[in-house]
Amino acid sequence: MSALAAHTPTPAPAGGDEFHTRRNGKMAFLLMLPGLLWLGLFFVLPLYQLFEVSLQSRYPGYPGYYYRDLNFHNYAQALTDYAPHFARSFGYAGLATFFAFVLAYPLAYAMAFKAGKWRGLMMICVIAPFFTSFILRTFAWSQILADEGFVVRFLNFFHLLPSEHIINTPVAVIAGLTYNFLPFMVLPIYASLERADARVIEAGGDLYANGFTTFRTVTLPMSMPGVLAGTLLTFIPAAGDFVNMELLGPQRGKMVGNVINDQFLTVPGGYPIAAALSFTLMAAILILVFLYVRRFGTEELV
Amino acid sequence: MSPSRRNQRPADPQVAAIVEAAQSTAFTRRNLMRWGIGAGVVGAAGLGTAGCAPPKPPAGGINSLKLPKDLSAEQKIVNWANWTAYLDFDEKTKSYPTLNEFYKRTGIKVSYSEDIEDNDAYYAKIAPQLRAGQSIDRDLFVFTDWMAARVIRDRLCQPMQLINMPNVAKNMLDPLRMVSFDPGRNESITWQSGFAGIGYNRKKVGREIKSLDDLWTDDLKGKITVLSEFRDTIGIVMQSQGVDITSDWGKSEFEKAVAFVEEKIKQGYIRKVKGNSYMEDLTSGNAWAGITWSGDIFILAADTKDPNWEFVIPESGGTLWSDNFMVPITSQHRANATKMMDFYYEPAIAAQVAAYVNYVCPVKGAQAEMEKIDPELAASWLIFPTAEFIKEKNIQGFRVLTPDEDTEYSDMWSKRVMGN
Repeated sequence: MSALAAHTPTPAPAGGDEFHTRRNGKMAFLLMLPGLLWLGLFFVLPLYQLFEVSLQSRYPGYPGYYYRDLNFHNYAQALTDYAPHFARSFGYAGLATFFAFVLAYPLAYAMAFKAGKWRGLMMICVIAPFFTSFILRTFAWSQILADEGFVVRFLNFFHLLPSEHIINTPVAVIAGLTYNFLPFMVLPIYASLERADARVIEAGGDLYANGFTTFRTVTLPMSMPGVLAGTLLTFIPAAGDFVNMELLGPQRGKMVGNVINDQFLTVPGGYPIAAALSFTLMAAILILVFLYVRRFGTEELV
Repeated sequence: MSPSRRNQRPADPQVAAIVEAAQSTAFTRRNLMRWGIGAGVVGAAGLGTAGCAPPKPPAGGINSLKLPKDLSAEQKIVNWANWTAYLDFDEKTKSYPTLNEFYKRTGIKVSYSEDIEDNDAYYAKIAPQLRAGQSIDRDLFVFTDWMAARVIRDRLCQPMQLINMPNVAKNMLDPLRMVSFDPGRNESITWQSGFAGIGYNRKKVGREIKSLDDLWTDDLKGKITVLSEFRDTIGIVMQSQGVDITSDWGKSEFEKAVAFVEEKIKQGYIRKVKGNSYMEDLTSGNAWAGITWSGDIFILAADTKDPNWEFVIPESGGTLWSDNFMVPITSQHRANATKMMDFYYEPAIAAQVAAYVNYVCPVKGAQAEMEKIDPELAASWLIFPTAEFIKEKNIQGFRVLTPDEDTEYSDMWSKRVMGN
């Protein structure tokens, strides 16, 4: 974002000579340079490397070795063998995004309009989980929801669980994803609600709209940039996640992230397939996000 | 190894049986030559070119080995990467007694980390860095025989300095000196050996488990965990299907065993297929029984203060493996690591470790030392197995896979069991 902002040339004063404009252009370029270098070195280069690996072929007879090739068969194989895994990833990520939204909106709303002096504390509670590692928090859930933990024992006592356990089910995975990405949903929504002009909302009441109508026609549209950002920030990492599935999920019915992890780490010579899967996942997310932003997009993000 | 040397069995029939079982697991030197020795990844970077006949992998070998400068004298440290529950640990002081003893004697501080969850995963993590000549910040790691063979083949470890390891030279069990993947132990030193079999909690299960088939009952549905190390899980399943896993079996036998495991997952009997972290499932009660490693079950019993944990070799047989110390090619503390490995070959120290980890001890004289610590353990088949026991229980090593088989079977295992 900063790179883009730096790129916007300052309006030259009326009748400003050519010398000044050119100097500004050079200045803007210099300011952009660190950002561009960073992007080139840490984004474009690895991405290119990954793409190249995704087209390599296994070296026959030498497990773990590859040779450079244009093997598009890797992509065909990645898509045909792992289509259900892609579907699962997007399905679970979509559900997690939905639940995160349902939980986050009232929370953000309360923080923005109702919290008063508690706002600071609520904010800390939302951010605090970031202070411990993502994996540790997920691992903690696997302990809390363990078969002989009090949660499962309590629920089983009242025969509330169909399968008598929570952990190692898709439900646990979706719950884990929702939990882990909840702050990414809360914060942008809160930011755009907090910025909303209270007078505009008040005006809704002045114009004889009831509470719900005011919310539907005034508050919600004003928070749309936050909702859009929040859903993207939740959906994108959730679709590529493998930790929740690994720690909370069942043995059968894995997500794409797990297959990529597995191909990279445990199959000698699995790199090309893993890279092809990563690339396909990226492309699929990009397309989904593009369609989503086209449909629901607003002028600005947050 | 020439056939004549192969026949030179150690006088002690007990260890001879162990070696027989262990040797089948590893590569022979001849096979190694036939497959060629390569190092480095082909085409890791650079501009892509159109597909054509694969170029030859670069030749490596001992001659091209460049050892890094050894900083042992200035930096009195060793960074040791090991598996979980694999070293004596004192709950009270939260420290490792033998490491403290080593520090007291030599002033060398060992930074011990339980990095290794699974051979494949750890190898995949470190191999690219080692091939690129980068430090992995570790001076010792511990790999199972078949993976140790791959590390040697890829030239990712430094040669051992046996001349500086008098205890190893004197006390290593004779059969281990001649393991087929590293005859003479120039690249690796055995850390522990052990069995894979069935571990279970007798109280939770409520009955005795004797064979693999005893696991597939309704009351254990969803309470069973098996090892992600396919040589152990598939090995035990194949044995239960009547296959001699040391023999020259083929793809159909392997596939049949994979199908069996897949079926048991589908039916909901097997809940998880895990690396060393299966211990967490057994601790938390998510699993009550499963295919496990021998020593872990005893550590579990100690950790959970529950004497009901038991380890049995299934009636159809179990597997035997060894884990081996290796010095990564980029380590700069080889001399310190050498001292530490030698330290663990002192019989008294080895007995102290064995009393905690309950794995097969590779050190001569440790059994006598164990008498002083715990006479009961000195008689334990888990630490000091007898030749008759190995034979009677049909404990075998999984046969060597060719590189192509290795790839094909890992792929099958990954696709149908690990990541379905």
